[in-house]
Amino acid sequence: MFLTPLVAQQLTWLIPLPPLLSFALIVLFTNRSKLLSHTLAIGLMAVSWVISWVVFFNTLTITNFGGLAAVIQNAVPWLPFGSAAVGTQPLSMGVLVDPLTGLMLFFVPLACLLIFIYSVGYSNFGLPREAHDVPGTPPHGVEPLYSRFFAYLSLFAFGMLLLVVADNLLLLFVGWEIMGLCSYLLIGFWYARNYADPKQITPRQAAVKAFMTTRVGDMFMMLGIVYLYSQAGTLSFRDILYNRDVLAHLASAPSIIVGLTVSHVVGLLLFAGTVGKSAQFPLHVWLPDAMEGPTPVSAMIHAATMVSAGVYAMIRMFPLLSAGWVPGGALTPPMLAMAIIGSFTALFAATIAMTQSDIKKVLAYSTISQLGFMIASLGIGAYVAAAFHLVTHAFFKALLFLGSGSVIHGVEHGHHETEHSAAPAAEHGAEHAAAPFDPQNMFNMGGLAKRMPLTYWTFVIGGFALAGFPLVTAGFWSKDEILAESFAHAPAVFIVLGLAALMTAFYTMRQISLTFLGQPRSPAVEHATEHEPIFRPMLLALVVLSFFAVAAGWVGIPEHFPVIGGLVPNWIESYSVGGLLERPEALAFSYWPLLTSLVVALGGLLLGWWVYRGYQLGQADPLEAPLGPLYTLLRNKYYFDELYDFLFVRPVYWIAETFVSVWIDKGVIDGTLHLIGRAALRLGDIFRNDFDLPVVNGFGDLVGKSVNRFGRTFRVIQTGKVQQYLLVLMAIIVVLGAVLLLPGLR
Amino acid sequence: MVPLSWYLVLAAALFCVGLYGVLARKNAVAILMGIELMLNAVNINLVSFWHYLNPQVMAGQMFTIIVLTVAASEAAVGLALIISIYRRRNSVIAEDMDLMKW
Amino acid sequence: MTVTVDQILFLLSALVTLGAAIIVVTARNLVHAALALIATFFGVAILFVLLQAGFLATVQVVLYIGAIAILIIFAIMLTRRVMQDSGPQTNQQWWLAALLSLALFAALWAVFQQVPGLQNVTGTQVIPNDSLQRLGFGFVDPNQYMLPFELASVLLLIALVGSIVIAGEKQ
Repeated sequence: MFLTPLVAQQLTWLIPLPPLLSFALIVLFTNRSKLLSHTLAIGLMAVSWVISWVVFFNTLTITNFGGLAAVIQNAVPWLPFGSAAVGTQPLSMGVLVDPLTGLMLFFVPLACLLIFIYSVGYSNFGLPREAHDVPGTPPHGVEPLYSRFFAYLSLFAFGMLLLVVADNLLLLFVGWEIMGLCSYLLIGFWYARNYADPKQITPRQAAVKAFMTTRVGDMFMMLGIVYLYSQAGTLSFRDILYNRDVLAHLASAPSIIVGLTVSHVVGLLLFAGTVGKSAQFPLHVWLPDAMEGPTPVSAMIHAATMVSAGVYAMIRMFPLLSAGWVPGGALTPPMLAMAIIGSFTALFAATIAMTQSDIKKVLAYSTISQLGFMIASLGIGAYVAAAFHLVTHAFFKALLFLGSGSVIHGVEHGHHETEHSAAPAAEHGAEHAAAPFDPQNMFNMGGLAKRMPLTYWTFVIGGFALAGFPLVTAGFWSKDEILAESFAHAPAVFIVLGLAALMTAFYTMRQISLTFLGQPRSPAVEHATEHEPIFRPMLLALVVLSFFAVAAGWVGIPEHFPVIGGLVPNWIESYSVGGLLERPEALAFSYWPLLTSLVVALGGLLLGWWVYRGYQLGQADPLEAPLGPLYTLLRNKYYFDELYDFLFVRPVYWIAETFVSVWIDKGVIDGTLHLIGRAALRLGDIFRNDFDLPVVNGFGDLVGKSVNRFGRTFRVIQTGKVQQYLLVLMAIIVVLGAVLLLPGLR
Repeated sequence: MVPLSWYLVLAAALFCVGLYGVLARKNAVAILMGIELMLNAVNINLVSFWHYLNPQVMAGQMFTIIVLTVAASEAAVGLALIISIYRRRNSVIAEDMDLMKW
Repeated sequence: MTVTVDQILFLLSALVTLGAAIIVVTARNLVHAALALIATFFGVAILFVLLQAGFLATVQVVLYIGAIAILIIFAIMLTRRVMQDSGPQTNQQWWLAALLSLALFAALWAVFQQVPGLQNVTGTQVIPNDSLQRLGFGFVDPNQYMLPFELASVLLLIALVGSIVIAGEKQ
């Protein structure tokens, strides 16, 4: 290696920090300057990217990377919990770079950087601030909350990078939660946006929904982490996952749930966290609604990074999930759960995606479906395939999302051109309220291939990668590997995934046809363009990503592939298994999965193009007629949102609003306080009226009054008449004299 | 042979009459007349004691003369006061002079 | 017992004195009271004569009757009001005053009864012939009563000035 171990460790520690620094600086200082904010964000993200790639390339030079002492690792003591008596060690904070981390370090910072650059253009930097742009709603001019956006994106990048380099589950969970917070902040970025239709979910509601749904998963994950800590005594990855004794112990020790061992329970609980974070069934409902956020957010969170974090966590914990499994034997309960849920989700989401009309919603369901592919593949024990698909998916899905953002911007631009030329003096608000124009509805688009050529070609590359177009797209190689593994080990999964792949190709081509091919179906689209200056950063990001969407697959060509296998070594396979104790055996080549994947991909693409090639404005969706009532079911996402609303959301609201707020908080707690207050007042009144006034005041008054009365009674002797005084005087003298002088009277 | 006690009783009676006059009369001048009576009773007492007990020493008579002098001056000042009061209030009824009433 | 001439003379003058005194304190008309006062003074003078104090009797007549009584009559005249001489001349508390006087008299009488042998004091002393000279010398002798004499004269002066000031008309 060309870096000393110490330098490598220090550089690894440094990787998450630049975005955190940029978040702090933007929030505290550069908030007012858009240029400074995005320069800071992009600059520091680039620093982070450079360091990550330095560390990554360094790991390529380490022999036997991933082996016993051949990882970059460093930790510092953090929380002093743990006692020797119970067998738990103190928790530490540290970094670890093993092969899986290396893969993540390759694509995560790069994707984040490209999205940052894209955001400059997406947020209309360079355009003037428009008078009626309300902060908190999508702007026509430059985004009013520009710096805030970059601050959130930086914080998000920090969270993801922290999760990637973490060496223990607790630190991973910290990064996990930071990203949960940022996804809430970013989905609800346009917080002031409201819709006329009350059924349509607003960004604020979508943000809360995302947070709440992932929270359900996170809670189970927390339980899993705690249970693991109590049983294994540590949360460090190397100590648990690269340690045969610990794994064997966990795999055999009975847990508190009868019939399951500790590793099974922990695995299931951790998987629950991934179900939430990676939007698998049944916690998938938040991801389509998260499209309310700006498109760079959708790309970052829901393609490249956050949802990948869920899959990454599963891939990382694979030794624990598969503890006790031998290849060819029965799957452990966590693996079985992953296989079932993953494959089901892949098919389920793909069916919904076929009927959506919003360009971003199609991609959202596509993400759910592809994540299902990865989870299913991990569930059947195909470690390398899952990791490979994770990497390639990040590139082409980010490409697709960014491309859709470019499309939306272009159509909006065209819409403004037509509206302004038609009624230049008209008020913006009035014209929007009169006929709400949806720039994201594919059925209004068409013919954008000629008007936005660069966007079109990059989108095609991304879409073909998603569909698995043979040989020249990355998606083909990774998806093919998944199908090959499932064909060999779990035929049921193979069939389900094959169907899902067919639908994937179909809806992808459907999307491309409706959006780009044919003739423009509305005046806005006629005037759409990508030649404005704001599109330049966006197009740059698209081009770079499309390069990777094409080339990233060529590092994973299987050895026994016909013709070209063996020309390029299967680098991904050799690299990524370095961190595992048990190397999975190489897969024997079979023609069936290859043929299936070719048929499915090409057939799906062809079918999609053929069905939608002649679509005209105003027509019903050609899919509606053959599917009949099924179409409505799919279009409404199997009514899961309504079901959850009825089962969970409404009762919780009732508990919060009525039971807790009114009955307990206002009734019991406030009531008790009011009672105490009233009692104290009553007591005070008693003291005042029955004691203070009569007794204390009374006594004082009594003294004064009695003196007064005494005086008034006795003053009558002062009549002012001299003769009366004399009389009294003489009487006293006479009496005294008689008493003194007469002995008989003594 | 008049015993001393007769003179003393007479003086006592005269004194009591004078006292009655002082206490019971309305007119201020009448009050002063009562005072004069009282002083005269004192004088009788003094002279009787001089005569009956020790006529060799003239102290009794001398005391009497002093008392007489004082009585005269006091009557003069008193009457002057009464006249002055009469000029202000147009009345010499002692009962009406009750400014020192509470 | 036999009544001697002295006793009769004494009783007569006592009667005059007391009678006139009672008239003084009960007369409605003030001038009548003043005249009765003169009679009282006269009775007292007679009593002085009976007591062998001739000078005093003279002084009594000259001063009391000649000066004080006249003064009183002047004062009555100067402070006379038309309606004043009618109506009761006693104030509210006259009965109390009467009671008190009687009480005082009774008390004094009781005191006299107490003194043993008071009845037996009859004047057997010899009155000196030159009592008047002795009186005169007594007033100017520094070893005797010159000081009271001088003080009395000062008092008279003060009374003189005082009464003029008090009774004088304001200019």
